Amino acid sequence: MNSLRAEALVCIKNDRQLFGPLTFSVPAGAILYVRGPNGAGKTSLLRILAGIAQTTEGGVYFNDQNIARHSLYSSELNYIGHISANNLRLSALENLNAWCALQQVSPIPDLYGLLAKLGLTGLEDLPVVQLSAGQQRRVALARLWLKPSAVWILDEPYTALDVEAIKLLEEYIAQHAAQGGIVVMTSHQPPSAKLDVNQLTLEYQW
Amino acid sequence: MVVSGFVAQCQRDLLLAFRQRSEVLQPLLFFVLIISLFPLGVGPGPQILQKIGPGIVWVAALLSAMLGLERMFRDDFNDGYLEQMLLSPTPLPVLVMAKVVSHWIVSILPLIIVSPLLALFLNLTSGMLQALVLTLLLGTPVVSLLGAIGVGLTVSVQRGGVLISLLLLPILVPLLIVATAAVDAATVQLPYQGQILILAALLLLSLALAPVAAAYALKVSLE
Repeated sequence: MNSLRAEALVCIKNDRQLFGPLTFSVPAGAILYVRGPNGAGKTSLLRILAGIAQTTEGGVYFNDQNIARHSLYSSELNYIGHISANNLRLSALENLNAWCALQQVSPIPDLYGLLAKLGLTGLEDLPVVQLSAGQQRRVALARLWLKPSAVWILDEPYTALDVEAIKLLEEYIAQHAAQGGIVVMTSHQPPSAKLDVNQLTLEYQW
Repeated sequence: MVVSGFVAQCQRDLLLAFRQRSEVLQPLLFFVLIISLFPLGVGPGPQILQKIGPGIVWVAALLSAMLGLERMFRDDFNDGYLEQMLLSPTPLPVLVMAKVVSHWIVSILPLIIVSPLLALFLNLTSGMLQALVLTLLLGTPVVSLLGAIGVGLTVSVQRGGVLISLLLLPILVPLLIVATAAVDAATVQLPYQGQILILAALLLLSLALAPVAAAYALKVSLE
């Protein structure tokens, strides 16, 4: 069983302590919902958990191994940041194919079907810049279907999504958790009651 | 795995370059414009042009290369793709190397391809042209490689364009001196093997160190 554990994480930015020391663990099948006001350090925490940023103190452990020395962690991780990592000049298909090649996963054969499920029928070959904010978000979220990974780290996944898309995403998150996956997410809009989440509240610290 | 990651990154960057052709052609246009203005500015005396020609071509190539450098990581930094690069199973230095290679193919190789034509403007002999193209082929990859470090360091600073030039041009001065010395030697039909070997050494040194340094610079910029 996989597990993600944070031990005494401290994040200091611009001489201000954002949070910490923070200790928690996310067992397999759990959804951790990180909440807090703007500037409380939610994104910083998620970037540390993903291994993109370094923590000032403490460490993050995946299956009891520090992620800084865990060579396979990134292949077990799907990180979707609050900016969507889509190149605006490439189409949805090109973006997803390039991302699959970058992550060394083979793209699923039915990419059109996946995009149709996400409500992007007919928009597959348009440059992403011509899509609306919500549609661009859907292209980014399609990556969750493309890479089988144990840990999902989602920064504001609901931003710009409509009600149906949020429902689809929550169902998929619940399914991932039911299969023993780990989800860490932030959102200003609380997840619906159907989703069984553990809350972690970050306070704004002066 | 490393090779497929490298190839995939090159493909993406070349496709992107093709999509933004007009922006990509700017360095080439700039290069042609500078060089074609010189014969008009200093007068068409063949001796003078032949004397200053190699220097003009090299200075123009350096300045044009500066124009396109920022493109290397700017968009990827702004749209979050760089974070995904960091999380890729392919090591970041390999991906950086792929970006450097595609940048060189897109922004600098066209300059080398048109340089024989421009050599005519400047009354360069065929021996000089040969030396010029050889020095450009060996020297300009160094510009791309060191440029990747500069862009990596400044990518989080908005409008880092001039800053990159300020950082890089002093470092590239030895390159300029050695390269133009080689062409000068060719003018009087002296051997210029020594200068070529120095350029090759600079290229090998930057090939070995720059991808790792640029990858580290990018990690720092992403903090």
